[in-house]
Amino acid sequence: MKTPEEIFEHLTSQFGEDELSFESRDIGQPWIAVQASKIREVSKFLRDEPDLLFNTLMCLSGVHYPKEEELGVAYHLNSTRHNHSIALKVRVPENEPNVPSVESIWKTANWHEREAWDMTGVVFDDHPNHKRILLPEDWEGHPLRKDYVQQEFYQGIPTGE
Amino acid sequence: MGMLDKKYHDSNIIIVSLEKALNWARKNSLWYEQFGLACCAIEMMATAASRYDFDRFGILPRSSPRQADVMIVAGTVTLKMASRIERLYEQMSEPRYVISMGSCSNCGGPYWEHGYHVLKGVDKVIPVDVYVPGCPPRPEALLEGFLKLQEKITGETIIGEKDKDLEAVKAEIIDSNKDED
Amino acid sequence: MTINMGPQHPSTHGVLRLELDLDGEVIKNTRPNIGYLHRCFEKYAEKMDDYSKVVPYTDRMDYVSAMNQEHGYVIAVERMLELEVPERVEYIRVILAELQRIASHLLGIGTFGLDLGAFTPFLYCFTEREKILDIFERTSGARLLYNYFAIGGLIKDVHPDFKKDTAEFTKTLRPVIKELNDLLSTNQIFIKRTANIGVLPEKVALNYGASGPVLRGSGVEWDLRKNDPYSIYDRFEFDIPTGMGEVGTIGDCWDRYIVRVREMEQSLRIIEQALDSMPDEGDVTEAVPKRIRPKEGELYARTETPRGELGYYIISDKSASPYRVKARAPSFVHLGLLPAISKGALIADMVAIVGSIDIVLGEVDR
Repeated sequence: MKTPEEIFEHLTSQFGEDELSFESRDIGQPWIAVQASKIREVSKFLRDEPDLLFNTLMCLSGVHYPKEEELGVAYHLNSTRHNHSIALKVRVPENEPNVPSVESIWKTANWHEREAWDMTGVVFDDHPNHKRILLPEDWEGHPLRKDYVQQEFYQGIPTGE
Repeated sequence: MGMLDKKYHDSNIIIVSLEKALNWARKNSLWYEQFGLACCAIEMMATAASRYDFDRFGILPRSSPRQADVMIVAGTVTLKMASRIERLYEQMSEPRYVISMGSCSNCGGPYWEHGYHVLKGVDKVIPVDVYVPGCPPRPEALLEGFLKLQEKITGETIIGEKDKDLEAVKAEIIDSNKDED
Repeated sequence: MTINMGPQHPSTHGVLRLELDLDGEVIKNTRPNIGYLHRCFEKYAEKMDDYSKVVPYTDRMDYVSAMNQEHGYVIAVERMLELEVPERVEYIRVILAELQRIASHLLGIGTFGLDLGAFTPFLYCFTEREKILDIFERTSGARLLYNYFAIGGLIKDVHPDFKKDTAEFTKTLRPVIKELNDLLSTNQIFIKRTANIGVLPEKVALNYGASGPVLRGSGVEWDLRKNDPYSIYDRFEFDIPTGMGEVGTIGDCWDRYIVRVREMEQSLRIIEQALDSMPDEGDVTEAVPKRIRPKEGELYARTETPRGELGYYIISDKSASPYRVKARAPSFVHLGLLPAISKGALIADMVAIVGSIDIVLGEVDR
């Protein structure tokens, strides 16, 4: 079992400190911020390294940060072997929201990434089935963006009152 | 057989108007479509199961809409589901009835304000006969809904209000008769 | 040939649509199509002007185990506020959560049997479930969706007879579980329909993020109540039942089913221990804060619900409402692995596979 700080040290010894940073706030859990382009390599390392063995991806969430005009993706990893967990975070600009898909590393990501695309509009490169999942394919907009405006009609049915 | 037991032991002929006989048969064999949407479906199942026992009212689940008389819209109707509900309703044969169970299908319920993907009332896509309020309604409330529906069926006539098309035809005939006068 | 199963289908447990590519009767590919019950939970969580107003919406996610959903959420917010909860509250919460687990498994087992043509166990299960609902109703006032857990405590104290009722119930359930085993678990027809069907190997289960009875059915001893203890679960003695391939292969439908049956016994053990050591006096609302404004930060809190790991990822920006709430629902993840375990199965077995992973669509679509 390792603490998030130890996991971060382990990561920087492999990848250097340019693309990674350790962040925390007043309360809650800390996370490791990762450059979008590196996320797949980092994930693969976290999964396969014998001391880390993050064999499950618990959760993947898309977040919208309108102030910074950015979209974020949070990855929550867990190891059933070592019983430790860590959060990774990726931030990409709104106008170019491309993040490499980690579907090839954890199959859980398949649906979670589709959900993040559906809800917040993050684009996952190399995803095998990059489609909306909860909302219908002809839906307009991404509802969990903070500036989301609800469409008035869907296929002729009023969405409001 | 409850109400008919030992009442007609002298003869086997019952004289009753066709309307009454039909309504009597209809209201005591309300087969509903086994089709749940959300939380209310669990209460619907509870109503059908051991303690509340739907069967004693002649209310049985059918898996196909074509065999069902009544559709219980049990739960939140989303916009993705709305067109499917419409299709299912069209597949049912006349006379058909709809019970809207729970606040969600009545009016959107707790998802009324920010529910971008929730239909605000199933009556926007199909006609509803009985609304059962509650979130979710208790099994007793659903049973009460069925009793109300039975009441409604008792008052039906063969050329009744239920059949809007026939009503329109009737109105047309009356209109044309007036012209001849 | 491609056929369509759902969204209206008697055995899909809600509004699930499966597109099946078939070769004769053999399933080549399954494409689950979800979202027919997407009720915008995450949007609601952001729009509420208070953290506590989200609780009723968590109820409606997995409506079969509402107490467990609330438990997960209040634990997450309490951790954000660094709030200490009174002893008595913790005990009541654990007892209610375990009762709810039993109720949920009873429903899952009952409908699983129903899907495979066994009607009687369904009625037996519902009879017992109603007894639990009676306890809940006396406690919270509602049968299905309770809104009973408050952040920092409970809405109100339990019914004076709560202890007596619960103790009585635990006594009556044990013989019923035995009866259920005779009726269903060892029933040859049932075994024929579930053994060696929908086998989920351990490695695949972990890679797909499975948890709860689905993961344990594959032989992995992983239970958050033991592996990442929350609330006061570290005080109780209980075992983690896992699938052992007694009638077929490890990780088949029967294993997932039997794990649920055995978990009910373990829940009973927890309830009995908790009833013994539960304090009789204490104000359950004393730690409930008047104003909930966590500092800036974020966390992911996970709890073990009857279906598996329920995680809440909450971001706070110092305001009175959450900036973002993401619910990691176990059913959502388990449905994602359906294509992997249904490949090569016969179409008639699809019902068994869907039933054995015990999904609740409210939680899948949120």
